[in-house]
Amino acid sequence: MKNLEKYFDPKGPFAALRVSQMKRAWKQSNRRQLTWWENTYFPMLISGIFLTSKHFFYNVTFHILHLFGIAKKTKGAITFQYPEMPRPLSSRLRTRHRLTKREDGSPRCVACMMCETVCPARCIEITAAEHPDPNIEKYPAEFILDLGKCVYCGFCVEVCPEDAIRMDTGRLDIAEYSRESMIYDKKRLME
Amino acid sequence: MNDILIKFILSAGTLFIMFNIAGLLTWVERKQSAVMQDRIGANRASIFGFKAMGLFHALADVLKMLSKEEFVPEGANKFLFNLAPYLSVIFALVGFAAIPIGGALVLNNHVIELQAANLNIALIFIFAMMSMGVYGVVLAGFSSNNNYAFLGGMRGAAQMIAYEITMGAAIMGVIMVFNTLDLQALDRAQGAYMLGGWLPKWGVFVQPLAFFLFLTAATAETKRTPFDLPEGESEIIGYFVEYSGMKFGMFFLADLVETVLVAALMTTLFFGGWQVPYLHPDGFYFPWGAHIAISNLPVVIMGVLSFFTKAAFFIWLLMAVRWTLPRFRYDQLMNLGWKILLPASLINIAITAVVVTIF
Repeated sequence: MKNLEKYFDPKGPFAALRVSQMKRAWKQSNRRQLTWWENTYFPMLISGIFLTSKHFFYNVTFHILHLFGIAKKTKGAITFQYPEMPRPLSSRLRTRHRLTKREDGSPRCVACMMCETVCPARCIEITAAEHPDPNIEKYPAEFILDLGKCVYCGFCVEVCPEDAIRMDTGRLDIAEYSRESMIYDKKRLME
Repeated sequence: MNDILIKFILSAGTLFIMFNIAGLLTWVERKQSAVMQDRIGANRASIFGFKAMGLFHALADVLKMLSKEEFVPEGANKFLFNLAPYLSVIFALVGFAAIPIGGALVLNNHVIELQAANLNIALIFIFAMMSMGVYGVVLAGFSSNNNYAFLGGMRGAAQMIAYEITMGAAIMGVIMVFNTLDLQALDRAQGAYMLGGWLPKWGVFVQPLAFFLFLTAATAETKRTPFDLPEGESEIIGYFVEYSGMKFGMFFLADLVETVLVAALMTTLFFGGWQVPYLHPDGFYFPWGAHIAISNLPVVIMGVLSFFTKAAFFIWLLMAVRWTLPRFRYDQLMNLGWKILLPASLINIAITAVVVTIF
């Protein structure tokens, strides 16, 4: 605890308070006065090189074994090589939308317009048509979702009474060459 | 005529090998740093589907640098601006002329020393060439019309000059013990054995303090981390901020060529160069009395392989130190160079002088 004068003025106001604060901070920290040997920087140098070399030899052994085809279970690096190895995603991550289907392949959506109403970005556009079955009164003739405007909030999923729309495809690579091609329509790209 | 041809082959071969090793070092740096940090590194550059563990990235880097626009900034001194990278690279490469790669090869009654230039002041030549490398730094900083580059150049020059002195003083001890400046003769002298024939008389066993001083000073001389404040790499503006394309590539390459030069110098001076322990020019003479007779060509090949293995170990060590230690601040750097390493090397000279006189 030497050289307190560097940090504050010992004759200024609240000097005693500053001293007690610094003493308490010093005690709580894990810093301490370095010994003579530690001040030469050699111990940290050697232990640092040992640590990184340990990582190096461990990883390079497994890389060489992988080249020969053995020990493929232990990984030599923590990198996910992206297009080949997908990164594990949480099951509740909001990814690209999909419309769910009934057993006969038609969409579960009954065109109740709740998702279109609640969407904060106003990116859903539904055109309803009459369904012959009186238990299912309507079905969507057109379901247009503009993925460029969508904010991926998940309100449409929460509000749908029929569990007709979900955001669980796990597809995050939504990239297109123009804004128009980011407007997905019902049958082709959402089922 | 024959002699000229042999010299030409030796110097071309040495230049070719060392220049290519420096080119490979870009790949080694990326791969080694990645493996040390638990990652994979760059492995996507491929030619016709062959990935080759990322080796093609070195080629891709060269192609990228060749295809960039090279311009001279407005108001810069054109001649010096274009000259500076050449100075850096040429003086770094010329130093390899004096480094012996192998022993004496006997071919058809010709004795060929595997050294591109048989100088009897080889060590002074190498240090002179490394000192001339400072010109590249100073001119680069001075001739770009940029205040920050200028300051970077001055920083670099001050650091290089400070640590050159320590390097020279640390080598004095080795010269005093082995009594010669000629590197081939120094390597031969390291073939003697001490302690009853068990320990080879390598520089590191005879002068351990000089070895550590030289290791530190050489790392600082080539401006590698932890002493890379002049370049800084995205933290501070270095002396080559106005360079683009292949000129920048030449500065980068000069850095790596000097790394190889320093590693080769460390093996030559301190680790016996091309000496394999217990290998004499006519075979193995083990200290317990066994003797295996080997003809000249395998002996020389073993010597060359041992030289490259030791140099590779030092290159690995320099890279490992780079990715382990944080950078020194400028005043800490200068403090270390002038106030700690230089006195230590002078004390080393004094102690060595006493010991050499007594024994």
